[in-house]
Amino acid sequence: MNTIPERNFLNHPTGLKSWLLTLDHKRIGVMYLVGISVAFLLGGIFAVLIRLELLNPARDIMGAQTYNQIFTLHGAIMIFLFIIPGIPVALGNIVLPLLLGAKDVAFPRLNLASWYIYVVGAIMAIVAIFTGSVDTGWTFYTPYSTGTGGSVVLMTLAVFVLGFSSIFTGLNFVVTIHKLRAPGLTWFRLPLFVWGIYATAIIQILATPILGITLVLLILERVVGIGIFDPAMGGDPVLFQHFFWFYSHPAVYIMILPGMGIISELIPVFSHKRIFGYRAIAYSSFGIAFISFLVWGHHMFISGQSPLASMIFSFLTFMVAIPSGVKVFNWTATMYKGSISLETPMLYALSFLFLFTIGGLTGLFLGTLATDVHLTDTYFVVAHFHYVMMGGTVMAFLGGLHYWWPKIWGRMYNEFWAKISTALVFIGFNVTFLTQFVLGTKGMPRRYYSYLDQFQPLHFYSTVGSWILALGFVIMAIYLIRSIFNGKPAGDNPWGAATLEWTTTSPPPTENFAETPVVTHGPYDFEAAGVKPTFSR
Amino acid sequence: MDTTGTLLMPPASSTIAGDVDALFYLILYISIFFFVLVVGAALIFTLKYRRKGEAAVESQVDHSLKLEIVWTVVPVIIVVILFVLGFTVFMKMNIVPKDAIEIKVTAQRWLWTFDYPGGSNSVNELVVPAGKPIKLLMSSTDVIHSFFVPDFRVKMDVLPNRYSTAWFTAPDPGEHNLMCAEYCGKGHSEMLARVKVVSDREYTEWLQKGSGPPEGMSLEKYGEGLFTSRRCVTCHSVDGSVNVGPSFLELFGHQVYFKGGGQTVADENYIRESMLDPEAKIVDGFDPVMPTYQGILNDREIDALIVYIKSLGNQREH
Repeated sequence: MNTIPERNFLNHPTGLKSWLLTLDHKRIGVMYLVGISVAFLLGGIFAVLIRLELLNPARDIMGAQTYNQIFTLHGAIMIFLFIIPGIPVALGNIVLPLLLGAKDVAFPRLNLASWYIYVVGAIMAIVAIFTGSVDTGWTFYTPYSTGTGGSVVLMTLAVFVLGFSSIFTGLNFVVTIHKLRAPGLTWFRLPLFVWGIYATAIIQILATPILGITLVLLILERVVGIGIFDPAMGGDPVLFQHFFWFYSHPAVYIMILPGMGIISELIPVFSHKRIFGYRAIAYSSFGIAFISFLVWGHHMFISGQSPLASMIFSFLTFMVAIPSGVKVFNWTATMYKGSISLETPMLYALSFLFLFTIGGLTGLFLGTLATDVHLTDTYFVVAHFHYVMMGGTVMAFLGGLHYWWPKIWGRMYNEFWAKISTALVFIGFNVTFLTQFVLGTKGMPRRYYSYLDQFQPLHFYSTVGSWILALGFVIMAIYLIRSIFNGKPAGDNPWGAATLEWTTTSPPPTENFAETPVVTHGPYDFEAAGVKPTFSR
Repeated sequence: MDTTGTLLMPPASSTIAGDVDALFYLILYISIFFFVLVVGAALIFTLKYRRKGEAAVESQVDHSLKLEIVWTVVPVIIVVILFVLGFTVFMKMNIVPKDAIEIKVTAQRWLWTFDYPGGSNSVNELVVPAGKPIKLLMSSTDVIHSFFVPDFRVKMDVLPNRYSTAWFTAPDPGEHNLMCAEYCGKGHSEMLARVKVVSDREYTEWLQKGSGPPEGMSLEKYGEGLFTSRRCVTCHSVDGSVNVGPSFLELFGHQVYFKGGGQTVADENYIRESMLDPEAKIVDGFDPVMPTYQGILNDREIDALIVYIKSLGNQREH
């Protein structure tokens, strides 16, 4: 029978102060997990409200102005408070040093500072919501954003502050990965999640300052009228779009690369087989990170940008698709002749494979210039984006959360309810968003408060899907929280994995390992690690 | 011509639409192929290699150079083909035929104005002759909008600081929806218009008809028509409900209170000023968002609208 170690990072030291002033990466990770969960809950409530309003063409529960604020808040909160920080700050913080065999990250104080900066940014965003709100969309396009009322300045300032949290985390992780690997842990013995986090951190450091500068310019434009984006003063509103996407396109890879890293952990462990094409997956993360800086113009094919520029951006966009495709093929090939166990983390990995493949393939329609003209700014883009971000990143996040949950808390969640919840999330997601592809191809523009009657049936299905999805998440919240208190003790290595975090106790002690581990094999070399496939029943 | 559309696409009512749809369905079939390949393989592996005990797996193959080259090179070839096809059709969309009829499109919150060669104009109704290439020279007076006609597969942003162009040829008479596709605020989803494709003869007649009420129509009836066709209806109600702007019910002859103090009785001159210089007086509780109708409404139309608003002014006494 497994037991919980008497003294672990969760129960020693005790007291609120010991948490708020902690330098332990695991505690900071848990506090981040709380932060992003609250953000996800808020963003999710807004999403359900949006879908409720769209149940019928005319007004259901709110007016046009409120609707515009709600979809702005849904986007801004989900993007800047949940999905951009998301996997790196919560799961990355908790497991990265464990995966490296390290005691902590390189700069523990900077790590704690980044959490406080995140909290300050989050509070500013919430204050902005209650003091006039924002109706610009999460993209803050000028000149709309410079002219409209509400707390645009406070909201953009919040995003500016959050950017620093992101930069600090990125910097911390890059140094940690370079300097704190355990003896024997060579670059090509690193778990692929570490490669994913590393590529992400580089984008965070290089791209986030661009967003910062852009938002400062927007604030200056609103407050003192410098005129850089204002046509009346000789400025150019489209310039804002260039600046914004120069960050925000790389940022979608900040969102997806860590997710891809998690999938690269889950599939080998639950197939009990070495990953197929380790180096291809590792290098493709860097291929993606590099090309991601050169594709921003694909958001602007109909913005009046020159056809030559559009041509180049279209070509580069197709090139960035290749490394993602290679990863998908590698994951699938890993399962070949494996020993596949369908526990909850693997169900999420398979959901990811299903949904991310759809998300990626629908990107082809948008990268192709002629079809993009018809589809851009419609529900097709909304659906594509959600298939990549929710079907991709969120599924990977949930997979990782369920995978490392017993490591974090030392206890197992209820597998039966976890499977029910996974099924509801998967079905609800598809009902909600598959319909939106059709809405888009049929010509339903996005960000519409009301719509033509012909679109009603599909909007109805989409709204019903959002209820199924919400039910799945409610069940998840219940069994996860319950498991913290009375879940079965999980043991050190419940999944039969071969990476370092499973060699220590669950939950780990504050210093992670009793003695510094020495690495002698690759991350998915189960035989060398002496791990057998786990099998119950 | 196709009027019902295909399973996934709306009716194809412009000369370019067929090309776009062909490309769309080509990508769709390629996507379905790869989706079935990946998800099918994952499904088969899951069923076939399901864990049955604690035995280790016999094969630990973890790379195959040949396979990896194939699944890198084949997708590269496919996307290069898609890129070239997409760009070819895109260039057709961008190169305006020399003999195109040029119509000036002005977008503003939240209506579309069209100026035709010869001086006539229309609001939220674009009338074009069938079979002739139409060039749209577009600009916005406020924020960014986007001209989107799904049936034509045409979409182009409309900017405040420069002209953008789009063109289409609609081979057959018919009516199509025109929507704003770039978020522009409260009335974004109300910024709808109709594109009427008519025969050459009807188009010429329409251009010459000019303004003024049809024979035998009262000025009030004419004003009621203008209220809808000139899109006052987007922001003003006639039943007393509060919308983006004040309702026209019981407006005329009643006291109006302004933002920052001041009041007046709504008379003919006040209403005329509100149409031509809407920012001059802002009614308390509303935002200064109304565009000017200077150049959009002629004197005769303003008269008619005033008569119509007047008729709504003292409903209770009726």
